[in-house]
Amino acid sequence: MNATPVLERTSLASAAARIRSHVVDMCAGPEGGHLGGALSCADVLAALYFSVLNVDPRRPDDPDRDRFLLSKGHAAVGLYAALAERGFFPVGELAGYGRPGSRLMGHPVRAVPGVELPTGSLGHGLALGCGFALAARYAGRSARSFVLLGDGELQEGSVWEAAIAAVSLRLDRLVAVVDRNGLQLTGPTDAIAPMEPLADRWRGFGWAVREVGGHDPDELAAHLDCAPWEPGKPSVLIARTVKGQGLPFLAGRSASHYVTLSPRNHARAVRGLRAAEDAA
Amino acid sequence: MSRATREAYRDSLLPLLKRHSDLMCLDSDTGLFNADHATAAGDQYLNLGIAEQNLLGVAAGMAACGRVPFVNTMAAFATSRALETIKVDIAYNRLPVRIMATHGGLAAGHLGPTHQALEDLAVMRVLPSMTVVVPADAAATEAFVDQSLNLPGPLYVRLGRKPTPELPAAPPPVIGQAQTLREGGDVVFACCGPYPVLACLAAADVLAQQGIGATVLNMHTLRPFDTQTLVAAARPAALVVTLEEHWRGGGLGGAVAETLAEAAPTRVLRLGMPDQFVDEVGNQEHLVAHYDLTAERVVRAVRTALDTEARPGKTDRKELIS
Repeated sequence: MNATPVLERTSLASAAARIRSHVVDMCAGPEGGHLGGALSCADVLAALYFSVLNVDPRRPDDPDRDRFLLSKGHAAVGLYAALAERGFFPVGELAGYGRPGSRLMGHPVRAVPGVELPTGSLGHGLALGCGFALAARYAGRSARSFVLLGDGELQEGSVWEAAIAAVSLRLDRLVAVVDRNGLQLTGPTDAIAPMEPLADRWRGFGWAVREVGGHDPDELAAHLDCAPWEPGKPSVLIARTVKGQGLPFLAGRSASHYVTLSPRNHARAVRGLRAAEDAA
Repeated sequence: MSRATREAYRDSLLPLLKRHSDLMCLDSDTGLFNADHATAAGDQYLNLGIAEQNLLGVAAGMAACGRVPFVNTMAAFATSRALETIKVDIAYNRLPVRIMATHGGLAAGHLGPTHQALEDLAVMRVLPSMTVVVPADAAATEAFVDQSLNLPGPLYVRLGRKPTPELPAAPPPVIGQAQTLREGGDVVFACCGPYPVLACLAAADVLAQQGIGATVLNMHTLRPFDTQTLVAAARPAALVVTLEEHWRGGGLGGAVAETLAEAAPTRVLRLGMPDQFVDEVGNQEHLVAHYDLTAERVVRAVRTALDTEARPGKTDRKELIS
């Protein structure tokens, strides 16, 4: 191993830490936010925006860009943080999240630079991603399309309509990531709607599947960078994550789903993130 | 002459695909395009299977990347099952997806209420940015497909299934402009779709013999709605009658009533499907007659309304609200 991956690791981990820090700050605002699910996918977002995606904030409309869709649109605070850190808009704008007049709504909207299409109504992203991937193929572009799905979101039938179509269309430039944190609004996903064996399910639909821990951005990036993993097949990375990752008092609890952090809990959260970073 | 509007759509799209490489035809296994048509369309045709939400989502994704998809689906499934996809992914983003919805109104005939679409116009015309058209015959369908090339936003086209009669020759309709098919000062008929427009023309003929002049407006575009033509026709008239193959709420009758209530209060009688699901077997013509979406019904409604107007207090309420 040469020194480069070490530098990348440092850089991706710190990008993830900055995303988490912004998320916590935004969730201390007047409207709160979907804290748990934004923190569980923070490392995926860091890997995508700081290593994998071929995007340029100075040319957000470049037709050759890779395209990303946050299908689990409720994790908007995570996406806003990633986009701001990547330079799509000033980091200072994040302070306006949830406040009257801001364009940073509770779910991503197209008015925000870097957001390809609005999301939030669950189960839409993968079909849109298929459309992106198809259009790129027709245009003769090698760009890839990435879609980040929530595991609770997999309960929407439209996800599986798109999963079938992606295989039938041989969309091997389409890459899905499942943020497998195991929790949804009111409890464990598997208690509400059993989804295991999840990897086998995707494999059964004809996807190339990999399963990894979801909190090492360097490892996540390594897998995503080299997709497609099997010729002619779309790829899905099942990232095993922890809801509320980084906040000891909320991690792994469905109570972290939507939170308005009080000043006291905001301070606790900041301390928790710092401790997690020091331990890393 | 009679020809199916859905076939007119297919036959006019095929040459356009050849001329415009950015156009796509996305199908949901409707069978409208057979193997020969698909071959003719080349790689611009794709059958994505029986999955309407995915179909419209894929169309939105492609449209966001510069393609213009024509989507073959059935009106009932597009506008009910995949409504949220249309709202969020297509209308919200003002994407140029053409929703080519077959089996509109009662066109599904004996296939029954699951396949009939009697709510589609109400649902589609409230979506911001959506253009909604109901061609009354094959020629109008061709005109609308052609005009869609210059339309930057989304389009909903309500098509039929089996052949329906063609309208008497008239200049091709233009999206957004009501077509004045007859002029007369006493009553106004506002209608859309093959059978309602023909019924209103026939009713106008009957009433003319009785000394009652009727203006017949083919309101083929429900959004954007040509309020100017409607208001100008309605102002001098005693009565406006709407006729459509749609439940009486929210469709063309709804658009006319909303418009006139604000701009030119006129008595409006909305004729359409009664408040029920179809309860017997029949093809489109049978059902149109069975549920009285006919010239006779229009004539009767006009006579009753004008008579009761002349003799207040003798309103036949049953007739007015049926």
